[in-house]
Amino acid sequence: MSEIFTIIASVSLWVAMVRIASPLIFATLGELLCERAGVLNLGIEGIMVAGAFAGWFAAYSGMGLWPAVGVAFLTGMGFGALHALLTVLFGLSQHVVGIGITLLASSSSYFAYRLALPEVTSPPKIEAFATWPVPVLSQIPLIGPVLFSQTPLTYLAYGLAIALALVLARTPLGLAIRAVGENPTSVEAQGLSVAGLRSGAVIAGSGLMAVGGSFLTLSAFNSFFFEMVNGRGWICIALVVFGAWKPGKAVAGAFLFAAFDALQIRLQQTPLGAHLPYQIFLMLPYLLSILALIVTSRRASVPAALMQPFRKGER
Amino acid sequence: MSGTAPKSRPVALRLDGITKRFGAVLANDAISLEVAQGEVLALLGENGAGKTTLMNILFGHYTADQGRIEVLGEALPAGQPRAALDRGVGMVHQHFTLAENLTVLDNLLLGTRPLFGLRLNRGAARARIAALAQDFGLAVDPDARVADLSVGERQRVEILKALYRKARVLILDEPTAVLTPQEAEALFATLRHAVAQGLAVIFISHKLHEVIGIADRVVVLRHGRVVGEVAVADTDPARLAAMMVGAEIRSPAIPTVAEGAVALRLERVATQGFHPDLVNASLDLVAGRITGLAGVSGNGQGALAALIAGLAVPVAGRFQIGGRDIPDWSPLAAIGQGVARIPEDRHHAGTIGDFTLTENAVIERLRDPRFSRHGWIDWRAARRHAEGLIYGYDIRCSGPDARIRLLSGGNMQKLILGRALEESPAIILANQPVRGLDIGAVRFVQERLLAARARGAAILLISEDLEEVMALSDVIHVISDGRLSPQFPRGSMSAADLGLWMAGQGFDHAA
Repeated sequence: MSEIFTIIASVSLWVAMVRIASPLIFATLGELLCERAGVLNLGIEGIMVAGAFAGWFAAYSGMGLWPAVGVAFLTGMGFGALHALLTVLFGLSQHVVGIGITLLASSSSYFAYRLALPEVTSPPKIEAFATWPVPVLSQIPLIGPVLFSQTPLTYLAYGLAIALALVLARTPLGLAIRAVGENPTSVEAQGLSVAGLRSGAVIAGSGLMAVGGSFLTLSAFNSFFFEMVNGRGWICIALVVFGAWKPGKAVAGAFLFAAFDALQIRLQQTPLGAHLPYQIFLMLPYLLSILALIVTSRRASVPAALMQPFRKGER
Repeated sequence: MSGTAPKSRPVALRLDGITKRFGAVLANDAISLEVAQGEVLALLGENGAGKTTLMNILFGHYTADQGRIEVLGEALPAGQPRAALDRGVGMVHQHFTLAENLTVLDNLLLGTRPLFGLRLNRGAARARIAALAQDFGLAVDPDARVADLSVGERQRVEILKALYRKARVLILDEPTAVLTPQEAEALFATLRHAVAQGLAVIFISHKLHEVIGIADRVVVLRHGRVVGEVAVADTDPARLAAMMVGAEIRSPAIPTVAEGAVALRLERVATQGFHPDLVNASLDLVAGRITGLAGVSGNGQGALAALIAGLAVPVAGRFQIGGRDIPDWSPLAAIGQGVARIPEDRHHAGTIGDFTLTENAVIERLRDPRFSRHGWIDWRAARRHAEGLIYGYDIRCSGPDARIRLLSGGNMQKLILGRALEESPAIILANQPVRGLDIGAVRFVQERLLAARARGAAILLISEDLEEVMALSDVIHVISDGRLSPQFPRGSMSAADLGLWMAGQGFDHAA
């Protein structure tokens, strides 16, 4: 037991939590944006893979790291545009299109990787984002080293969460996005474009998912390898529900999941890890997430028009 | 023929020669009309007369093939939904266009600020809403969630929404369909306020007495054409009705039928799990009698219909069929006891859209030996049955293999009716049987129900249309908030009396 307390008391656990949470925050905010507009984007897993690859490849080809993040964002927007075309304009099933996009985006990323680097056996490395302690803030005891001694992309994630929460709650655009996810007819009756709002949300949200993917290659692992996204996209879908479609709560959910994940890695190295198969530890964050979902998602208010295609003139 | 506004007041809205064709159907045929500021114009017409198409053209959802629209003297560009709103044309749709999980304030603000602006400025909006509410007598809490509001309040929000956008022309599509007579009176008071402040109001309806009560002028549409235009002062309901349907309408003749035994009896019955539930409900359905159920929708009709169809079981009280208690009440038991149902929603609860006519015709009777042999469906017999219904109930379709969703509402209803009535049911649950049908189909359905009554069926007719209930029923119950009124024999109550019960007033004394 004492090992567990030692782990929990260590700063490195909490630093790792924030690092693990960062890509989840980007992608969860992206998914949240899509769902608030009424579109379930199951392309998230594949779009994260594409973002991870595109960002990494841009950096590997000699681009700067920030331009590489931009490339990942644009790649995500491209897949988002395809998703919007099929689900918003054509009104096709959001489940089928989303899964199709996941398969398309991940397999085409692996394919592009093999085309670009046919001979490589071990993935080439890039110079990734280094940690950049924020002046002053990183000096705050306890939270300074945890929250403000991270890579710049993590700070971007904080900013995005705050920005998205403000936009949704306080601006005309945010109101229109929320309304289009609740009742598209209300938006149409007020002279706004349902297709425009939904497509915009899906495209921008997909861009964020891809940036989340690129965090893995540009900030966390500094190379690209197969299966590196490893279900994070699906976790983000659950985090949106866990966060009751609210950015603040969704970010809290991302931290919670990441804390369990960081904890299980460390638990594997304790004497407990010698007795139990390591898969038990791997399971832990998912099990605890499911439990948290059961507890919290009862009161969640789903956007009323989520997954309902809108066709003009139909009531 | 065209509707012309009185010359004294400036014209707010002018439609000139609007023509719209959908394939072979001429939905709007050179419609011209004008409405002046400070005037209420009623647009009267049956379902399918072209009212909705006309309004969709006005709001830019469709583009007219010909014709032009002027708002306050300026031409309105075609096919731009925003243009009508920006020029001050506001519409209150029959189906509200509110986002239920948002507050009243947010619904009002939606689309009124530049989309990429930085602030919503809720404070200023709040002040304007308070002023508008004061001026027009439209009290609504701006911070309430729309989902928590009553239907009447939601309608007020819709009107406020139009006023907030500085509407000069207010169009209301069937605004009283969902209101009690008393709520409708409050609406009319608001409209009088609006007109006094110089708004032009277009009131779309097919309820004659309301039109006469509120409008200054009436334009009558039939088959997409303006067939008449009169000042309300110069007309009466019978003449308007004649214009609307093209011939003198007659209420169906109700022959006297000898009533039989009680087929179904509810004694102080309660249900569970509905909103609202039935409480203490007592009701007799008698053979050879149509029992009408009047009430604003959502007052417990759903619970009563579910109970009779076997979809719900009573949690208190007695429930008898043919004088016997029925254990294990279920949909199957209901069918076994000869309950036929004409469900409220023919698209979802009545038929399966992608199934053929044949499949839909036999779907409730799959265990019937006529249609199954040793557990296998006898499709030949099922098809013959469907063909019989098509012939006997004059269902217009390409044949028994047509998918049912390709049929018009009237023909779909005829299939449901035929399927139910062919079995000579002892009890018929007719829930909104003529809603949304054209007048020919309405007559057909009503005549068939009367024929079933003559044969000795006990019929429960649930309808929101008070006139329909009063015309067809031998006795009437009113339902309000899950409570059933005592039964009133035909002719013993006026519409206004029933309206009081619908608003829940009589119950205070009777319960």
